[in-house]
Amino acid sequence: MGALGFILDATEGERSWRLAEYVKRGGYGALKKIIHEKIPVDQIVGELKKSSLRGRGGAGFPTGLKWSFMPRQFPGAKYVVCNSDEGEPGTFKDRDILRWNPHMVIEGMIIAGYAMGCQRGYNYIHGEIWEIYKRFEEALEEARAANLLGNNILGSDFSFELQAHHGYGAYICGEETALLESIEGKKGQPRFKPPFPASFGLYGKPTTINNTETFASVPYIINEGGDKFLELGKPNNGGTKLFSVSGHVNRPGNFEVPMGTPFKDLLEMAGGMRGGRKLKAVIPGGSSAPVLPADIMMECTLDFDSIAKAGSMLGSGAVIVMDETTCMVRALERLSYFYFEESCGQCTPCREGTGWLYRVVHRIEHGEGRPEDLDLLNSVTDNIMGRTICALGDAASMPVKSFIKHFGAEFEYHIQNKKCLVPEDVQRTGSGFFKAA
Amino acid sequence: MLSQESRNQIDRETAKYPAEQKQSAVMAALAIMQAERGWLSTETIGDVAAYLGMAPVAVYEVASFYNMYDLAPVGKYKITVCTNLPCALSGGVHAADYLKQKLGVDFNETTTDGKFTLKEGECMGACGDAPVMLVNNVRMCSFMQPGQIDRLLEECT
Amino acid sequence: MLEIEIDGKTTEVADGSTVMDAAHKLGIFVPHFCYHKKLSIAANCRMCLVQVEKAPKPLPACATPVTNGMKVFTHSELAVKAQKGVMEFLLINHPLDCPICDQGGECQLQDLAVGYGQSAARYQEEKRVVVNKNLGALIATDMTRCIHCTRCVRFTQEIAGWMELGLAFRGEHAEIMPFIEKTVDSELSGNVIDLCPVGALTSKPFRFDARNWELSRRKSISPHDGLGANLIVQVKQGKVLRVLPLENEDVNECWLSDKDRFSYEALNSDGDNGRLTQPMLKQCGEWREVDWQTALEFIGTDLKRVVREHGAASFGTLASPHATLEELYLLQKFMRGAGSENVDCRLRQTDFALDGKKVVPWLGIPIADIPKLDRVLVVGSFLRKDHPLLAQRLRQAAKKSTRVSLLHVADDDQLIALHAKSIVAPSVLLTELAGIVKAAAEAKGAAVDAALAQVQPSVAARQIAGSLASGEHAAVFLGNFAQQHAQAATLHALAQMLADIIGARLGYLGEAASSVGGYIAKAVPGAQGLNAARMLAEPRHAYFVLHAEPELDCANPHQAMAALKGADLVVAMTPFKTRAIDYAHVILPIAPFTETSGTFINTEGRVQSFNAAVKPLGETRPAWKVLRVLGNLLGLPGFEQDSSEAVRAEMLDGKPASVAERLNNRADGAAINLMAATPVLQAGLERVADVPIYFADPLARRAPSLQKTRDAAPPAARMNAATLAKLGLDAGMQVKVSSGGTATLTAQLEAGLPDNCVRIAAGHELTAGLGPMQGEITVERA
Ligand SMILES: Cc1cc2nc3c(=O)[nH]c(=O)nc-3n(C[C@H](O)[C@H](O)[C@H](O)COP(=O)(O)O)c2cc1C
Ligand code: SF4
Ligand code: FES
Repeated sequence: MGALGFILDATEGERSWRLAEYVKRGGYGALKKIIHEKIPVDQIVGELKKSSLRGRGGAGFPTGLKWSFMPRQFPGAKYVVCNSDEGEPGTFKDRDILRWNPHMVIEGMIIAGYAMGCQRGYNYIHGEIWEIYKRFEEALEEARAANLLGNNILGSDFSFELQAHHGYGAYICGEETALLESIEGKKGQPRFKPPFPASFGLYGKPTTINNTETFASVPYIINEGGDKFLELGKPNNGGTKLFSVSGHVNRPGNFEVPMGTPFKDLLEMAGGMRGGRKLKAVIPGGSSAPVLPADIMMECTLDFDSIAKAGSMLGSGAVIVMDETTCMVRALERLSYFYFEESCGQCTPCREGTGWLYRVVHRIEHGEGRPEDLDLLNSVTDNIMGRTICALGDAASMPVKSFIKHFGAEFEYHIQNKKCLVPEDVQRTGSGFFKAA
Repeated sequence: MLSQESRNQIDRETAKYPAEQKQSAVMAALAIMQAERGWLSTETIGDVAAYLGMAPVAVYEVASFYNMYDLAPVGKYKITVCTNLPCALSGGVHAADYLKQKLGVDFNETTTDGKFTLKEGECMGACGDAPVMLVNNVRMCSFMQPGQIDRLLEECT
Repeated sequence: MLEIEIDGKTTEVADGSTVMDAAHKLGIFVPHFCYHKKLSIAANCRMCLVQVEKAPKPLPACATPVTNGMKVFTHSELAVKAQKGVMEFLLINHPLDCPICDQGGECQLQDLAVGYGQSAARYQEEKRVVVNKNLGALIATDMTRCIHCTRCVRFTQEIAGWMELGLAFRGEHAEIMPFIEKTVDSELSGNVIDLCPVGALTSKPFRFDARNWELSRRKSISPHDGLGANLIVQVKQGKVLRVLPLENEDVNECWLSDKDRFSYEALNSDGDNGRLTQPMLKQCGEWREVDWQTALEFIGTDLKRVVREHGAASFGTLASPHATLEELYLLQKFMRGAGSENVDCRLRQTDFALDGKKVVPWLGIPIADIPKLDRVLVVGSFLRKDHPLLAQRLRQAAKKSTRVSLLHVADDDQLIALHAKSIVAPSVLLTELAGIVKAAAEAKGAAVDAALAQVQPSVAARQIAGSLASGEHAAVFLGNFAQQHAQAATLHALAQMLADIIGARLGYLGEAASSVGGYIAKAVPGAQGLNAARMLAEPRHAYFVLHAEPELDCANPHQAMAALKGADLVVAMTPFKTRAIDYAHVILPIAPFTETSGTFINTEGRVQSFNAAVKPLGETRPAWKVLRVLGNLLGLPGFEQDSSEAVRAEMLDGKPASVAERLNNRADGAAINLMAATPVLQAGLERVADVPIYFADPLARRAPSLQKTRDAAPPAARMNAATLAKLGLDAGMQVKVSSGGTATLTAQLEAGLPDNCVRIAAGHELTAGLGPMQGEITVERA
């Protein structure tokens, strides 16, 4: 299959991340166009709205609309922030974007700064990908040296400074207000909203936060027009999108495909099921998205609307593929452990509830489940969902709810028989780790 | 007291933020100090607080909130293995088991020679490369099948 | 204004109000833990979830802004289900140890669990256990009970001004803690006990003493600083076991300083330094306990003898400014009846040049107006420790838009975002203030007084003046140090000049509970009388000492002791065993503030009366009664009052409001002679004396828990590095300091002190042998 996208598919070679290579690919053309043609701010936001670009960080919020929330006339400092914290299990696209095409993100952020009248930007980079952080800092150096950042960019009267800030291991910092707190030098505890970042963001100033991939989509939209971007995908779901495919496939990795691509095709691109085994379940949008059984998933196309209709979320585009060697109770146990460990701890339902969920699932997995446990789990998730400060509470609940909904029988088997439906040695084979040993 | 070298490094980080927002550099400062001293003692945290003009307990909040800071000494090589679901599906847990057995330690333990500390990690944003592990917070190792793990351990001298 | 309907009742609230505000206005209770009206909104407990029309999810009342036409239901099925769900989460890891918990009976969690808790515990896993923290002598912890509302953390950050507590770690492992091994040292720390909605933070001194429901509650007024904090004194079986704030938005808001809160321990103290419960008489060099009759008759007879032999002017009286209005009034009436005008309660004052100018120094504005000031200059004040809650008001004001500047002699961190400051030696304080005056005059284009012709304003002085000159509502406050300064009257004149130039209010931060009341009660000398300093410098034959410990409370303890020891008759009236044993002839056990009714007039002129909370201990009597009997014994007219109310009515002429008319900070015609005012220092070293917060009065000194805090560390001889070096000293060395008397202290480094200054605290045994609090001092290796 030929190149479908413009973010990763356009990059090639070891040095694709260098400024010179990016410029060769037409990079910074959008910025130059804006500056030289003095394109009005309204037109930039207008193109974004036309493009139907929806946030790539998980919530799928229309980007053009978000940018239009920034108070135009606000006199003081305003900020644009890129969310490269990518901690949602299964998601690994932003790392590749920053690794191979950092300047595209930088260009997108500069344009955002221009369009929203921001003087400064920060890119918050996941702590564990230190090499990428270093690379991004180098890219920033290149951009500064070329007067793409700093004072009077490309001779215009527009000035914009951009910096990288690294995380240090906290999933919650992917939540946008936790991320802002983290940049402010505090623990990453989400803020109650309202006020939203557009009115009270970084250092209390108006701020817009977008995902890495969202920013990377911006130059294309400016260069080619919003309509063209929209056409790449399908209505209300513009553009191509990166899908991170992990789990039981032959070739895990990132695939940049048009919105609306059938899941079947993506699975094929990822080399099909590992060992030719049977697909059991897919989490289509990162670990917080409800799991879908194979039959439902095989009917889905990859876009916000289709997946939502099927009862899950496109989320960050992280497609976690599980085959028949998977124990669904064990899988859920691991996810529940994750949310329990990553809860920031400030609000009661999440702090107390995630631990409760994990302990009950753990108990079931370890053959100590009780018949009433599934009802209990459902009830506890009901008490968490919609009652927390940020969406981590929901994120922790949705897997529990959906695993029980679709694979309840497996849980019941665990509770009754104190062991797994999938024999231990079968489970061992799924990972492919021991084949090498 | 912070060394001149670490002060310089921290100053470079502080310069990224508005002048009255020195505190924004605290994460970087802690990372710098951890790289220099191996872990974050109470004294180090106090030093960072004094340097950035923060309340020590505010720095402690930060140091204890983020996973990658070590509030207790670790071995020369801290190996963090991602065992989260996407990685586990491709051997993350098995790789960790393999390491446990080879090093003779469990998670959060250090080998008796003080060389290796094993940690369980959460998603590192590299699930496509599973099994993945992070060495000393900065070096990401991908596709860690048994052979690669053996080689990694040999490299660590 | 926005209209909102809650549970069918409608009201209007201001823009920016939250649903919680509106509920308060309507008198509707929304359950909550993390919300507190004085703290920032955290919205973390989620207990206040309510249903809002059209919102798909329940929303926290504390953080949800009201929108026009909003409809809220606090008791709908959705709301109650959410509240019950949160309550269940709060309880799963909470120990069910209410029967042994000190918070029992006053626990918000316990109260709400009754309404919102579920009966059957669905949580069957192991409960979390959290190790306790050592927060110091005042706050006990039981961290397993913590519900992570972070009120305590926000209090230290926002109200006390320095984050001493944090919420470390995350998720279920999150714990409230101080920085490793650190205690909570704020002078306001006890408030976290009130704020903690559960029994995680409780009072260490009170621990296990009683249960809430066993205590009766009596209103009272704090006898410490000039604020006059409103108190609830809690009593069990005739004993004061706890003191809590009585909320008064205009005075102490809902806070108390630790001194206000924990000094009560002194009331129950025994031992050598503890409560005195029996009159004592020294006869033939021997102290013996006597009955009141004997003691009072002895005083009557002996006083008559002294007056007969030496004249009435040989009789002097020293009263503590912490005595009540009634006590001070009858004391001066007694003195004046006996023919002497020698009465004073301004024991640490040294410059009395303003006497006779009708000055009744007060704050100059209502306390509650402090936030309305846009510019403030504080002159000569250990602000935070001298006036913890006034400092707190200034701290909050400075966070908004008030520019607070400080002119002082030590650089203690006030935990206030100061706009500017100037830290100078006491001997330079005048010229520095003069510089501010001059710079302000220049900035305002006002005439510069001829006396200031030679003054060269410093950079800091100009900065302060510039800020003051640009304000609309400014105030200049003179602190305790300024009031105690050897040239206090000149400081006053300069401050008044400054206030006139910039159109500011001039005010005094009242040192003690009766700093205003002393004037109103006329417990200051008339034209014929001697002030406190002169009474000691020119020793009298007889002294009455009321509530004071002269070796700790007077400006020149060395001189005070010499004068008292040389007298023929010293009558000490005190609730405590004091060093009166060394110099007095009669010691009378009188009631502390909790054992008598009385009145304090606070620094803003507010007249606050209170009743006794408990009966006097042992043979203790209220001082006003004792003085009345003494008046009768001496056959003086006008000592027929049968209650403290009668005393007050007589004193205030039945018109408490008349006090306001007498408050006056204006002293016209005080000449300024800066040259004469600036002393020449021979040896080049001068003393800076603070009165540390827990050495400031006899009660605080005897509160064991307060004495274990960091603020009660024994005095040292503190100098900056240059001064230490100049004297060839290292920190930690023992040094002998001399000024009138001597003391041996440890040398310590204090970076922020001006050159050639030696900071030695007053109010403590270790420094009671020294001479004046200000002026020259010598330091040598011991
Ligand atoms: C618990 C949690 C974790 C999140 N993690 C990420 C993340 O790692 N990366 C990201 O871009 N957005 C993440 N988000 C979403 C962000 O809050 C935010 O919606 C997003 O960055 C907005 O960018 P977008 O509009 O471009 O998608 C997370 C949200 C939650 C509630
Ligand atoms: S939902 Fe969880 S992660 Fe989000 S604010 Fe509440 S405790 Fe923190
Ligand atoms: S009181 Fe509203 S969330 Fe705690």
